[in-house]
Amino acid sequence: MSDELLSLRGVHTHIGAYHILHGVDLDVREGEVTMLLGRNGAGKTTTLRTIMGLWAASQGSLAFRGAPLQGRLTPEIARLGIAYVPENMGIFTDLTVKENMVLAARGARHAGELDARRLDWIFGLFPALKTFWLFPAGKLSGGQKQMLAVARAVVEPRALLLVDEPSKGLAPSIVNNLIACLRELKAQRTTILLVEQNFAMARALGDRVAVMDNGRVVHAGGMAELADDETLQQRLLGLSLGAHQ
Amino acid sequence: MNTTAIAAAPAAIPKARFDGRPLALLLALMLLAWPLIGSSSSWVTLTVAGLAMGLIIFIIASGLTLVFGLMDVLNFGHGVFIATGAYVATSVLGGSALVRGWSGAPALGLNLAAIGLAMLAAMAVASAVGLVFERLIVRPVYGQHLKQILITMGGMIVGEELIKVVWGPEQLPLPLPQALHGAFVFTVGDGAAAVEKYRVLAVVVGLAVFAALLWGLNRTKVGLLVRAGVQDREMVESLGYRIRRLFVGVFVAGSALAGLGGVLWGLYQQTVVPQIGSQVNVLIFIVIIIGGLGSTLGCFVGALLVGLMANYTGFLAPKVALFSNIGLMVAILLWRPQGLYPVAKR
Repeated sequence: MSDELLSLRGVHTHIGAYHILHGVDLDVREGEVTMLLGRNGAGKTTTLRTIMGLWAASQGSLAFRGAPLQGRLTPEIARLGIAYVPENMGIFTDLTVKENMVLAARGARHAGELDARRLDWIFGLFPALKTFWLFPAGKLSGGQKQMLAVARAVVEPRALLLVDEPSKGLAPSIVNNLIACLRELKAQRTTILLVEQNFAMARALGDRVAVMDNGRVVHAGGMAELADDETLQQRLLGLSLGAHQ
Repeated sequence: MNTTAIAAAPAAIPKARFDGRPLALLLALMLLAWPLIGSSSSWVTLTVAGLAMGLIIFIIASGLTLVFGLMDVLNFGHGVFIATGAYVATSVLGGSALVRGWSGAPALGLNLAAIGLAMLAAMAVASAVGLVFERLIVRPVYGQHLKQILITMGGMIVGEELIKVVWGPEQLPLPLPQALHGAFVFTVGDGAAAVEKYRVLAVVVGLAVFAALLWGLNRTKVGLLVRAGVQDREMVESLGYRIRRLFVGVFVAGSALAGLGGVLWGLYQQTVVPQIGSQVNVLIFIVIIIGGLGSTLGCFVGALLVGLMANYTGFLAPKVALFSNIGLMVAILLWRPQGLYPVAKR
């Protein structure tokens, strides 16, 4: 039996008149971090949004634990255990950090019903969230907002995290902290599909990698294999990982 | 487990501060009107009348602002719920002999029971009308603003015609219950201020609705979802919540509040016509634009400003009273183009 948690086969997505995804094939294995790399406009974000049902696939199949995702509404997909951290972080800026966390925990009606042990663990990962628990999330720095976005995704156990460019616009020191946090999640066998342009981060976290170009996955394999092969990096990404250390 | 310290510098983040300037503007308007009116007693009378009018408008407009904030729906047919509420009140208060007796008795308790019954019936019928309106008229045009404007205005015209079919085209009386006639008269400065008893009731109901809305929006999970949905409905869906269902709930609740406002507005006017809703449509749109689309607090402050401005200018310069609220809206939008309390939207 396959250990693939998520599987996309020949997925096409149109946004209005634009044909963005041209038959994406992608597998995400349980307990692994799969990196989705590619140049700007390659279709990475569209792939995540199509998985979440925010944009409908016009053709092809998407399966989560073997069950089809196409035709399901976004809330149903989320309730299967898929958490999404969008590129813009999706923070509710007028709500406090606490209120953002309560909303993300579907089983909790108020902060008192949040899982205390899990919350302690999150505060261990992201101490700033405890400090600013009662502050409007809009007042947090960019890095702290990203921490909140990730914390919100893991406030309850999830089967799969879809994370879109978490390092975008963050200072290097904050990116290092973020890598450490995602490593912690990885150590707990959390399955993550991570879109990233920061190659150092990709190498540090990825078990497997899929490289997209022009709306298709043009390479899929082990992260170590890509990291060790500069010719392959040059061909697929036009860059080498070594140049981004 | 590892702990990864994210540099947290409390001093680097500004303290969460409440923006009190719109409230200061409200106070400034009241204080500015005082010397212009010249008489303290008249000022008290006009201020209470303005606050009462503002609170009724707030009740009517609060649902509309949330509907717009949550789903970007421009419902120009909101007036039909107001008219429905007012007409249902005429039926309840003038219907059975028992309720007529309660309304006509010189006993405040019985009068309030009659009004309470009319309010409950109006809210129930208006919410049912709202449910049908959302299903038949609003749902097919989600995301299409021009069509929303046209079809909801059309819906209101159809609604007004249906009201004429049910209640007739004539103006109907909606008299105040016995104990709410007249005014509290007291001395202020060198004159006597008169505060109508009914307006005190309108203030109490308006403040109760405002408090209930604030509590619901800030202290309940549904309220959190509404506030979050106003900002970013896509993210709310990505967290696993069905925003459409939430929107229908808010639409129905907003319709019920408009029905309640219709009862209060009808009693305020003491007559009801099928166009009672469309008559206040302009005012409620001014209020939700002034307040900041989607903001409940903004709607509250905006409604009070509109109510006060209408009463002050009606006294000081009746010829410009009609345009005063348009002028108020222009001035506020020049100061804050997104309204008094803008909602951060994505």
